[in-house]
Amino acid sequence: MSLVLFDQPGPRARARQRVFNVLALVLVAGLLALIVWRLHDRGQLEYRLWEPFVTPAYIQAILVDGLLKTLQAAGTSIVLAVVFGLLFGVGKLSDHAWVRWPSWAVVEFFRAVPLLLLITFVFFTFGVGDGFGPYWSLVVGLTLYNGSVLAEIFRAGILAVPAGQGEAASALGMRKTQVMTLVLLPQAVKIMLPSLISQCVVALKDTSLGAYILAPGLTFIGRSVYTEFQNQVPTAIVLAALYIAVNLVLTAVATWAQRRYVGEKSLVVPMVGDGASGLAPAGQRSI
Amino acid sequence: MRYAAVAAVAALTLAACGNAGSSETEGGADVDVADNAAEDFEAGTKMKELADAGSITIGVKFDQPGIGFKSATADAPAGFDIEMGKVLAASLGIAAEDITWKETVSDNREPFLQADEVDVVLASYSITDERREIVGQAGPYYITGQQLLVKKGSDITDVADVKGQEVCSVTGSTSLDNIRAEGATPRGFDTYSECRDQVLDGTVEAMSTDGSILLGYAAENPDELEVVGEPFSEERYGVGYNIENTEMCQWIVDTIGDAEEDGEWAKAYEATLGKGGGETPTPPEFDACAA
Amino acid sequence: MTFLDGNVGLILQGFWLTIQLLVLSGICSIVLGTLLAAARVSPVPLLRGAAVVYVSIFRNTPLLVVFIFVFIAGPRLGLNYPFLVKGVLAMTLYTSAFVAEALRSGINSVPVGQAEAARSIGLTFGQCMREVVMPQALRAVIPPMASVLIAMAKNTSVAAAFGLAEATATMRGLTNNNANERLMIFLVFALGYIVIVELMSFAANRLERRWRVA
Repeated sequence: MSLVLFDQPGPRARARQRVFNVLALVLVAGLLALIVWRLHDRGQLEYRLWEPFVTPAYIQAILVDGLLKTLQAAGTSIVLAVVFGLLFGVGKLSDHAWVRWPSWAVVEFFRAVPLLLLITFVFFTFGVGDGFGPYWSLVVGLTLYNGSVLAEIFRAGILAVPAGQGEAASALGMRKTQVMTLVLLPQAVKIMLPSLISQCVVALKDTSLGAYILAPGLTFIGRSVYTEFQNQVPTAIVLAALYIAVNLVLTAVATWAQRRYVGEKSLVVPMVGDGASGLAPAGQRSI
Repeated sequence: MRYAAVAAVAALTLAACGNAGSSETEGGADVDVADNAAEDFEAGTKMKELADAGSITIGVKFDQPGIGFKSATADAPAGFDIEMGKVLAASLGIAAEDITWKETVSDNREPFLQADEVDVVLASYSITDERREIVGQAGPYYITGQQLLVKKGSDITDVADVKGQEVCSVTGSTSLDNIRAEGATPRGFDTYSECRDQVLDGTVEAMSTDGSILLGYAAENPDELEVVGEPFSEERYGVGYNIENTEMCQWIVDTIGDAEEDGEWAKAYEATLGKGGGETPTPPEFDACAA
Repeated sequence: MTFLDGNVGLILQGFWLTIQLLVLSGICSIVLGTLLAAARVSPVPLLRGAAVVYVSIFRNTPLLVVFIFVFIAGPRLGLNYPFLVKGVLAMTLYTSAFVAEALRSGINSVPVGQAEAARSIGLTFGQCMREVVMPQALRAVIPPMASVLIAMAKNTSVAAAFGLAEATATMRGLTNNNANERLMIFLVFALGYIVIVELMSFAANRLERRWRVA
């Protein structure tokens, strides 16, 4: 790794590193001790404040009305976003300007607007009344946003398939749809799988914004728990721990998928307002 | 459903010991439910429709002790607005357990009503001319005014003292606009209870909204919090309904008027807002309904 | 568009706070993120571990929960600062984890052969880093870094419910008083954010082009 940048450390450098190691240990341990002492000092470790999290009714509320709904919202919106993204990602690559430009505008708009603004607007405009309620407002907002991000991922993924593949398929006499569905997409899916799973982590975190429009979910339940028990600190810790646990599992899956299907290359997805995309230069080894 | 069951079983096996939130405050007076109520109303009215359906959706607050508050595990909220909602439902022959309570926050009450998301709103909902242009509001059934909640012993004793101070209220609420007009720095949070915590933690000097809400918080925490100053606005709580259903106004006024006469209003007040002691006020006069 | 009457100042104030949050949190995130990235490649295993833990915690926690920590739980622990400071703190805690990742990926994108070649012609560690690795890494860092900062610009909207009257909070207030003009209000505020985002994107593109190695 960074070994190439400097010579192997000699005895003095190693001694110095040991000193730094001890210093770092003291620093980290001190920080942790400070946090625990703070919690204790402010009475945040009292059983009374943590009791809701070992009470069956509340555990059930947190897991079923909270975590399960959060996972549902994230899952549903990702599935819908894949459809949306496929449609607009391929749309952006269309040969026809009247398909390409609207697709570009839609994708660019929803990628640039803050999700919270979008969710609030969807909720008050379409969600209330005979509309679809807070849960679906959240899902629609997430779909529009993540769908637009996925559209870019799809586009980048398709462009990352070696050009010869499409040309060869065309030379065989395939139609444009056939080239896309039979040759380009199947190969692109493999390349973009890790990005897609990473996007699931983003979607899962963003479901928390549903709490603003009273959509059910982990954060929403957490807020009602600390409203009732005044246990803000324990609740925040439990919430964070649950989100982190679920997201780490998803990240592990993404890493596995990357190793399994893609190898060392990684997909470069352009930022908003930029056109460049493709595969990062594949250095065999990195620093 | 399978997952719910699995989660529930897991929860039961995991947690043998905790027992939080079991001492629930059960709210309120019993309300007599009218029999055959559907016959009392003319065909084509919203009341007839609701009575026939045997169910009603009421928009209430879930985070205001004394007015509308729901615990995370309770089935239904409790508070003065909830009691008034039960009175209205009872006159339609709808029992308390057939009422759907829907949580509303300050900035979604009009959209909820306009779109028939809820049938009526009882959510510390002040009557204003602007609101009456887009929704119907019958009442007032309770009068309060914007006041200040501060930590005991605070330098702020009146609204004149808030100039240049940080004062908390709910994002998008009229209280927040009023406090800005008084020269304070408005700090908007999502719920009143979060504002109350900001006062307790000393993050803001005061919170400001309707006195009735503040009294509820002060009653919960009499050692640390107090309500100060004279009301600097008059908030007249009304029952919100969709402006298209004009016939609802008279029904709301008559029904709550009956409750005021036979003492049910006072009973509801004492069981909720008046729990912290103090005198039960005289019910206010209703505005006339537009013909 | 009657909601604009007398409210233009309010809207501009809202966006001004959004920009303040954006600039201050941006600077703090880059500083903290760089420290974290340095810790991650340092020869001290414990620092490396601490940085990895920090990054995994804050990358996997929703920003809203970080805000709850700073604004709701923090004061309970006696950690209380002015509102703008808390806003910047919450944004920085969250964003610096992403900045650290962007930096790491930028450094990793420099082919190892470049460093090997530099070392083989006798450059010292400092020269090698200064003359060969960093110039290339910096260029490679711009796009992911710009993406992180653009995401942060949009994320400042989460502060709306935590006492900071930035653009999204202003929109909620206006929507409440002008319920019939919801769509126009939304479009005006969306446009404001789009302008900010596109400007940042434009600046990043210019920078990348200027620093491009021929």
